[in-house]
Amino acid sequence: MTPAVAQPLPEGLPGDRLSRIQIDRSCRQTVVWYMVSAVAWLLAGSLLALLASIKMHTPGFLADADWLTFGRVRPAHLSTMIYGWGSMAGVGVLLWLQARLSRVRLPLPLLLPVTVVIWNLAVLYGTVRILQGASTGIEWLEFPVEVLAFIGFCMAVIIVASVLMFVRRQVKHTYVSQWYLFGAVLWFPFLYILGVVLSEAGDVRGVAKAAANWWFAHNVLGLWFTPIGLATAYYMIPKVIGRPVHSYHLSLLGFWTLAIFYNWAGTHHLIGGPLPAWLVTVGIVGSMMMFIPVITVAVNHHLTMAGNFHHLRTSPTLRFVVVAAMSYTVVSFQGSLTALRAVNEVSHFTHYTIAHAHLGVYAFFTMMMFGAAYYILPRLMNTEWHSARWIRVHFWATSLGMALYWLGLTWAGWRQGEMMNDPNIPFLAIVEYTKPWLHSRSLAGVLMTIGHVSFAWLVWNLVRQRGAALIGPTLLKRRKSA
Amino acid sequence: MNRSLTIALGIMLTVVLSMAGLVLIPNWQFREMQQHKDDDGNLWPVQLEGAEALGRAEYVSLGCVYCHTQQVRPPNYGADLDRGWGFRRTVPRDYLFDKPHLLGTMRTGPDLANIGARQPSRDWHMLHLYDPVITSPGSTMPPHRFLFEKVAPSDRAPERAIRLPDDSGWILPSARAESLFAYLRSLDKSYELPEAPQ
Repeated sequence: MTPAVAQPLPEGLPGDRLSRIQIDRSCRQTVVWYMVSAVAWLLAGSLLALLASIKMHTPGFLADADWLTFGRVRPAHLSTMIYGWGSMAGVGVLLWLQARLSRVRLPLPLLLPVTVVIWNLAVLYGTVRILQGASTGIEWLEFPVEVLAFIGFCMAVIIVASVLMFVRRQVKHTYVSQWYLFGAVLWFPFLYILGVVLSEAGDVRGVAKAAANWWFAHNVLGLWFTPIGLATAYYMIPKVIGRPVHSYHLSLLGFWTLAIFYNWAGTHHLIGGPLPAWLVTVGIVGSMMMFIPVITVAVNHHLTMAGNFHHLRTSPTLRFVVVAAMSYTVVSFQGSLTALRAVNEVSHFTHYTIAHAHLGVYAFFTMMMFGAAYYILPRLMNTEWHSARWIRVHFWATSLGMALYWLGLTWAGWRQGEMMNDPNIPFLAIVEYTKPWLHSRSLAGVLMTIGHVSFAWLVWNLVRQRGAALIGPTLLKRRKSA
Repeated sequence: MNRSLTIALGIMLTVVLSMAGLVLIPNWQFREMQQHKDDDGNLWPVQLEGAEALGRAEYVSLGCVYCHTQQVRPPNYGADLDRGWGFRRTVPRDYLFDKPHLLGTMRTGPDLANIGARQPSRDWHMLHLYDPVITSPGSTMPPHRFLFEKVAPSDRAPERAIRLPDDSGWILPSARAESLFAYLRSLDKSYELPEAPQ
């Protein structure tokens, strides 16, 4: 493992490179606050998730006020997780990775911390407005339109910071992670602004709004979370095992095929719907083409890891990152197959899709951000994680919770779809069939929440600098050679 | 610097192309779509006004879309028509005035594209909204008691109130409940469109 303490070099010498310590110090305020905010939203989102999940099998639970009704708690859960937890963790990791990879200090030291405050207020305001009933009603874009101005401002600052780092970079060669990060930072604001404009504009009519909706929503995963997640994997796996990425060319092929094809996949959410057939077909073709970037990335990561899987026993970062990377392969294969008309005829409109969405946003992206946090935060705080036991609780609770979630809802959703396509089965019999599986989902949610509380406890102690000073990393088990 | 610019342009081009392909081109395809005039001179679909439009906003605000779709898939693809959820598949013109669109992606509950035709009874809808298990035993739909005022049992029925079947009293729908019913009642695609024969 690469030690965090590098040779401090005097500044201003020709050709010198900033030491990692100096880069990390420049990131400390902004990145730590983005990550801590993200963790707070993760807890809020978990609470909303549990509420929504319990309401699905026990509809009378907390049902006497409109702001707590299922139809409001559910989008509040999604929005806090996507815009609070996922995006804020993503921005924190993205800024740190760019500074490290470009070997420059994080620019805009006054403006970037301000964006943390604005972003938090925007998510808080949007979530409260959803609970009050002011949602736009568009899935993944439920926040009222005015939230766009605030998150848009933050993203503008983040774009400037990213461009400054990229242009000032001290390393001629660009690493594959930088491509993904640069993509993410340009794609997301464009998607968000256009997503809102196309949803609101009077000139966009009827079902074209549905196409805009799923172009946006699918690309939040595809062109925002996915590139940040893959950039993290491409950085962390070689870092932790101390080996370069297997193939540079495969990396580039993976990036550009993702950039070209992922965009077009979104309309597979509308198969069978009242849209022109060609539009849905394009979405299916885009989904099939995704096999190329996914296989490319999977092969590249696997060949990098080959012979080094023993590190999974010791490194918390690697354990989360590898589980996340493997989930990326699984969720992408599943996604491509689900886009086939014959599969979609059954799976559409069922819990199967919900399970699939969580495999992407949780098992892939969220686990990846956990792995990144285990690597980045100690280096920023000059402190180690105070307890390996809590890390183990975090890992096993979230992993088992996610596995239970996915298995239960995938099975139940598939059966639900088959029963729905048999007109002789009364609808309420299908509702009855799904109930035990909705309970298993609540149990899975409890497990994941236990993991999140453990993680929050670790982060809290870390930022209070209650661990040992940073000398070596906290490992899950002692290494034999050590 | 030049390299950065090239990369940035390439990155943006990919997403601009898909936006044009998936949203702008279909929207351009719909540019001349208008209401259909039937033999009696009626225009379809109808643009919602008054209580129906307010009810639609209530449907959005309460998040009904997270469990109910409003789309009927074609014959031989799913069993939407066989389940009696529609008279024909739905087509783009049915959604001419929809903003936001409410196609939905989840059927925890049944499709509602034609609920007004399937279940026109005001009493049924009010009881169902108040507590779904009254009309649909085993349903997991949340009760919407907050849209009603409960009135103690008495001999004289309050105006517009509905008697609870267990004789525990009357429920008096709020204006929000009335508008929601007006909207649900309006969901009826039994009109004919030339592009979608029944």
